[in-house]
Amino acid sequence: MHPRGEYATNVFMKVIFDHVTKRFPGRGKNRHNEVIAVDDFAFEIPDGKLIGLLGPSGCGKSTALNLICGLLKPTQGRILFGEEDVTDIPPERRGVGMVFQNYALYPHLSVEQNIIFPLQNLKGKERLSRDEMLEKAREVAALVQIDQLMERRPSELSGGQQQRVAIARALVKLPRVLLLDEPLSNLDARLRLQTREEIRRIQTKTGVTTIFVTHDQEEAMSISDLIVVMKDGKVQQIGRPQEVYDDPSNLFVAQFLGTPPINVFQGRISENRLFIGEEAVLSWSPDSKETPAVTLSQEGGPSPDPENAMPVTVAIRPEGFVVDADGPLSCRLNAVEVMGRDVSVVCEHPALTSAPQIRAVIDADEQPDRSAETVRFSLKPHKVLLFDAESGERLSTGW
Amino acid sequence: MENRNPKAFLYLLPAVVFLGVFLVYPLFDVFVYSFEEGYNFASQTYRGIGLYNYRYVLRDPYFLQALKNTLLLVFITVPFSTGLALLLSVALHSIPRLRELFQTIFFLPYVTNTLAVGLVFMILFSRTPYSDGLMNLLLSFAGLGPVDFIEGPYAAKMFVLSFYTIWIVLPFKILILTSALAGVDEQLYRAARIDGTSRARIFFRITLPMISPIIFYLVITGFIGAFKAYSDAVALFGINLNAAGMNTIVGYVYDMLYGDSGGFPSYASAAAILLFIIVLTITVINLLAGKRHVHYH
Repeated sequence: MHPRGEYATNVFMKVIFDHVTKRFPGRGKNRHNEVIAVDDFAFEIPDGKLIGLLGPSGCGKSTALNLICGLLKPTQGRILFGEEDVTDIPPERRGVGMVFQNYALYPHLSVEQNIIFPLQNLKGKERLSRDEMLEKAREVAALVQIDQLMERRPSELSGGQQQRVAIARALVKLPRVLLLDEPLSNLDARLRLQTREEIRRIQTKTGVTTIFVTHDQEEAMSISDLIVVMKDGKVQQIGRPQEVYDDPSNLFVAQFLGTPPINVFQGRISENRLFIGEEAVLSWSPDSKETPAVTLSQEGGPSPDPENAMPVTVAIRPEGFVVDADGPLSCRLNAVEVMGRDVSVVCEHPALTSAPQIRAVIDADEQPDRSAETVRFSLKPHKVLLFDAESGERLSTGW
Repeated sequence: MENRNPKAFLYLLPAVVFLGVFLVYPLFDVFVYSFEEGYNFASQTYRGIGLYNYRYVLRDPYFLQALKNTLLLVFITVPFSTGLALLLSVALHSIPRLRELFQTIFFLPYVTNTLAVGLVFMILFSRTPYSDGLMNLLLSFAGLGPVDFIEGPYAAKMFVLSFYTIWIVLPFKILILTSALAGVDEQLYRAARIDGTSRARIFFRITLPMISPIIFYLVITGFIGAFKAYSDAVALFGINLNAAGMNTIVGYVYDMLYGDSGGFPSYASAAAILLFIIVLTITVINLLAGKRHVHYH
């Protein structure tokens, strides 16, 4: 029987965090400072999807994964698989498959023995005959394309092959949820690309709800149906990768997603105009929210009145810049880096706060005069995001 | 290691010289002595060459007693001490909180002088005209009658010697095993737990294979160490081990050289060579058995 066939009879599980909090007591010197690794998680992971938990290290994403698989128990709140409350159910009875960061293959067992290991734990009625176990092992090995390596020891396999064995071992018991902890971090760059497509393919083929943890935003964006961006134990945003990229809920999310990273400026709003430094870059009509903002030309009008101006944080995606001799934003040109299809214009602006230099990605046909000292840009309004200067929360704009 | 640097041999030279002079040459010399009949230290002469020394030693009741004692000691203490050490180490490993305290307590016998420990054991087990000793006091609570462990029946003496030997070798084994257990990747256990592996199966299918090279090392060095037992017996039963019937092969060799019946280097050499052959055989058997059951990674 094809694995998909068996999965079709299995119920895929959505995973629900019902106000889950996990605190770790402090240790040693920090005895009195407990760590809140996961802070009031309340969201639902839909079934049959590939979900990426994304965040910088220490954001609680691995803790979240361990809470799902049951290796950790929440301090507060409940975790549900579909309708079933699994909060107090031990890991082995949750029906989860887990792929560890370093794969955790049993080094003294062959690939085949590794894969059937979970099946050998079954007791009573669930127990399969040895032939059935081997048959199942062969099926999932074929699914992850390691059926030629069944007799090998893990040490005789490449990192990518070990990864596949770990996935096969996690899948052989037909888990309701498949969990992957930093699945690509131990692989080299080329293998990483290949393996992430492989994970996508396996997920699509089996349909099993798959949750993986990563700190690499590119990895998460490229294959996930849904990403959960986390920071300091708090969920920042949940959504389809493109949505989260286009419409980040706060400055952290905007800065965390995207390569090259988003360019952040100090700005001000005054009289329906957006200023970066002294330059008015966008203006909009106060009456009609429908009217898209227009980028102003060089002579954008008078400087903002310091009394009435509202400070904002302006973030512009690298692809939001348009080289325009009449554009309002004037920057000192440092370099133009050719990347083939695009060029990267590296320049400076006094109001920039996120990095020493701006990186703007421009179509190769529109590159600026390299010998010039300054480059002028106009902006694509929908690539310009505004955030509260203090809290970093997203400000809604008319465009 | 393809290109052989002549300098490497230069660096090895000091070790090779010392090992050669103090280990290989004496071994060879003992081998030669063992065939020289009636060798005399003073005159450096011998009567003839042959297997007489071996024939004598193998017929000597003291040697046979020593051989029996040694073999019993080896086959009781090595499996028992290794098993017990494994049990204690696993127990220690599963209590993270007090682990360090207990590790220290378990390691104390190792840094204590064996003769001092022997003395304490003697006091615990021996009977004097004034008291039956602490062990007999404990036995009397269980309604068992006083046993003279030091000068009494053979089984009692063997029990004390084995008990003492296990006590002495246990700390080192626990130390080695606890560090081996700590070296097993924690993620393997987590993976096994998620897959619903029972504790017994985790122990036998994961823990044991993962630390098998260390257990193997302890068994081999344990065998060799136990075969060379001598000071333990002296500590408990005094220097006249033949009279106590508790001599060991090494003790027999020593007695042949320097004891009351001393002055027989040829017999001593033959006994030493016999011990060497026994240890070699057992070690080879161990190595062959190890090939099938030990997993190196």
